[in-house]
Amino acid sequence: MASTSISLRLTPIARYLLRRADDGLILGHRLSEWCGHAPMMEEDVALANIALDLIGQARLLYGYAAETEAAGHTEDDFAYLRDVDAYENILMVEQPNGDFAQTIARLFLYSAFIDSYWRRLAESSDTTLAAIGAKAEKESAYHLRHAGQWVIRLGDGTSESHQRVQKAIDLLWPFTGELFEADADEQVLIAKGLVPDPKALRENWQTLTGQVLCQATLTVPPENWMQRGGRHGNHSEHLGHLLSELQFLQRSYPGATW
Amino acid sequence: MTPIDRLHRARRIAGQVVDPEIPVLALEDLGVVRDVRLVSDVIEVDITPTYSGCPAMHIIALDIELALDKAGLSPARVKTVLSPAWTTDWLSSEGHRKLAAEGIAPPQGASRRALFGFTEVVCPHCRSHETEEITLFGSTACKALWRCRSCKEPFDHFKCH
Repeated sequence: MASTSISLRLTPIARYLLRRADDGLILGHRLSEWCGHAPMMEEDVALANIALDLIGQARLLYGYAAETEAAGHTEDDFAYLRDVDAYENILMVEQPNGDFAQTIARLFLYSAFIDSYWRRLAESSDTTLAAIGAKAEKESAYHLRHAGQWVIRLGDGTSESHQRVQKAIDLLWPFTGELFEADADEQVLIAKGLVPDPKALRENWQTLTGQVLCQATLTVPPENWMQRGGRHGNHSEHLGHLLSELQFLQRSYPGATW
Repeated sequence: MTPIDRLHRARRIAGQVVDPEIPVLALEDLGVVRDVRLVSDVIEVDITPTYSGCPAMHIIALDIELALDKAGLSPARVKTVLSPAWTTDWLSSEGHRKLAAEGIAPPQGASRRALFGFTEVVCPHCRSHETEEITLFGSTACKALWRCRSCKEPFDHFKCH
């Protein structure tokens, strides 16, 4: 493994796989930052468990991307040897953790989308994609349940927890538009029945998040301007800092192995 | 040893390798060995992950190769297959029995529940139904932590998946 970044010649399917894998890896990394810092022991274990699921899902997607790209890259190359602008995760997952309420609010907004997305992917005409979807949706169902319970507990808790989680929802809301984005390349895959159309999941997502926020006595932010750019490699300043930690070992000790 | 004998022995030995995180369970109880076949001279074993991020999968593959080598059945290689995806329905009834005997409540109920659905888990120690969940995420990816209100003992619950 060399220390320089890899150059990619991506087919639409490989690019699609990297995008979805990037979402999982970056959110998984963010959650792993809580390890040893969570407000209680159970939550420490829970967030680390969820991080492990997300990184595991990313590995399956990177592995399949490597297979379809057929350029000799490995899952590790994709994670450790791409620069910030080659990452195409959505902007929401790279945002800093903030306080516990903000971490939970993000996990909830993301899981409410990805849970139904994986379930639809399980119906893909591609057997590997279908298998990844079938595996991941079992895990995301637990993430959604856990995060949803916390949003309700915090929202309907003390005035302090209520205002913190409301502030988090308001802060993250403009990042939710990217969940439903699909560019021309992805449209081709959707038309072939290989992957689900994220736009078709928006109504269900609005209903689900609306119900939970209502039960949590929280206010759904108004529809407004949405942040974009992650899917085309235009990131906030936070991703570069995150990658400097995630990629440190391979960048400093090129080719190091266990 | 004929190739057929070698294949039969390989199948038995791969199935008897134990799960590194829950060593009361053999792989045949867990249902993760999907196929054992002979490809030219190589024993090829297909395994499937329980959870996407399960760190035990790598160790399981290594343990299978080691066990086959120890039994004089090399060369062998282990491959990971994703389809069909593993669910807790693949756990054998023997697996359920062994889990309960170890103090781990086996998976109960449907593998997919309502968002905030109610699950009833029987205490593996005193068989009481008076139990409650402490946390959805326990000591390994496949377990949740529960406690019994009757005998007061905490216990692991193998999650429905």
